Amino acid sequence: MQQILPYIINGISVGGQYALIAIGYTLVYGILRLINFAHGDVFMVAGLVMVYATTAMPIYAAVPLVLVVTVALGFVIERAAYKPLRTAPRMSVMISAIGVSYLIQNLAFYVTGGVPQPVTNPIPWISENVEILGASTKRVTLVTPALTIVLVIALVYLINHTKIGMAMRAAAKDFETAQLMGIKINAVISMTFVIGSFLAAVGAMLYFTNYPSVAITSGGMPGLKAFVAAVFGGIGSIPGAVVGAFIIGLCEELIKGVGYTTFSDAFTFALLIVVLCVKPTGLFGEKVTDKV
Amino acid sequence: MLKIENLHVAYGGIQALRGISLEVPDGKIVTLIGANGAGKSTTLRTITGLVKAASGSIQWNGEELLGKSIDKIVTSGIAMSPEGRRVFPDMTVLENLKIGAYLRKDKEGVAKDLQWVYDLFPRLKEREWQLAGTLSGGEQQMLAVGRALMSRPKLLLLDEPSLGLAPLVVQDIFSIIREINRQGVTVLLIEQNANMALKIADLAYVLETGNITMSGTGAELLADEKVKEAYLGKRRK
Repeated sequence: MQQILPYIINGISVGGQYALIAIGYTLVYGILRLINFAHGDVFMVAGLVMVYATTAMPIYAAVPLVLVVTVALGFVIERAAYKPLRTAPRMSVMISAIGVSYLIQNLAFYVTGGVPQPVTNPIPWISENVEILGASTKRVTLVTPALTIVLVIALVYLINHTKIGMAMRAAAKDFETAQLMGIKINAVISMTFVIGSFLAAVGAMLYFTNYPSVAITSGGMPGLKAFVAAVFGGIGSIPGAVVGAFIIGLCEELIKGVGYTTFSDAFTFALLIVVLCVKPTGLFGEKVTDKV
Repeated sequence: MLKIENLHVAYGGIQALRGISLEVPDGKIVTLIGANGAGKSTTLRTITGLVKAASGSIQWNGEELLGKSIDKIVTSGIAMSPEGRRVFPDMTVLENLKIGAYLRKDKEGVAKDLQWVYDLFPRLKEREWQLAGTLSGGEQQMLAVGRALMSRPKLLLLDEPSLGLAPLVVQDIFSIIREINRQGVTVLLIEQNANMALKIADLAYVLETGNITMSGTGAELLADEKVKEAYLGKRRK
């Protein structure tokens, strides 16, 4: 038990990071029926901005800056690459998303010169080492799941108990009728990108605190894993994405714990295949009914 | 008053409306009857701004509606209960009604209108906390009308309120439409159930493949031989 404990703690933490990214996928899918392939790259950009901002300015300015830049990026992506395709077939929007993903990676390549940017000034308090039940770890490992839960509760409250949340639920069900109620559909869609990018920015700051550097491809793996988590939980469902992310995070770390590190990634993608074959709607997914 | 003049609408090359003109005077019930595909729904959807017109004009109390955004049109006092009811199935009855008042800021007015809707449809009050998806067809229709009323419209657009409902329920719905009108809401109703629609209409128009071919009071059209044959299912003697 003493040996496996650090892996459990790590797993919960990794799960929290995946959850913060996965919510972005699931929110956007819920409303646009679009897999936003650029989401992992938005996450990577948040990491890069953190590296630059923490070197250039004090931490109390750097953290808000990371959040603002990432949110703005999410907003601009939607307006520039998805909004003009609102009435286009879904496949066109998806291709646009893939294009955006490559565009961001290449822009990041241009800015960084393709060199991984070292995380020289990690966010102070959370990068300190602490001891828990005899295992030593960075404080971020404990902060991540707690912060994730708080943010998820806040998000669920927003969706179920506020006016904009009501508009989001209405738009997710039926664009046209939502518009008839006077809901501005484009504002609602922008809002989902803003929320998704905000959570990805928080996730990135926690994630890259644990890593030595941010490369232009750093968004790929966590992005894909979070996507699998969203599908596993039932894409479109927020609780699904969170539960899926924690399960995947835990499983990956436990597999590492028993000595099969090589297979931990393979496990996640094997899980995706199994879910798609056996229960494509995932754990909490809604029944697939096409919008009429 | 709503005044449509020479309205043309086309979808992907198909002419849905070929220059219709009609008037909906304040305080009246006006109906638009016609077969499937005649352009009835298109007319309503163009008024609400869901569909863009090719040319023509829609004047609402002297103001041009064409080119305005849907939310501006709702705020100007026009609400629609769409074809097939389209209630939000995962929301409660109360939430569905509240979302009808989405653009309103006057909390007291909204609370008063909620009471008004519950007085019109006591069944909705009983089912306040039920998910709208679990309601019967008739109840969903009541909810769709109630939801439209929550924006406090001066003009209520009803798209096929009798669709798929049992005859007794249809009677209920129509008597409530009359009551809503009596309380000062102008109604523009489109129906395949021409018989019911003409009976309650002050003014009626017949729409055939994108053109208005006939107009008159509800009673006049009810008595008209051509209307009888084409829409009321009665043979000419």
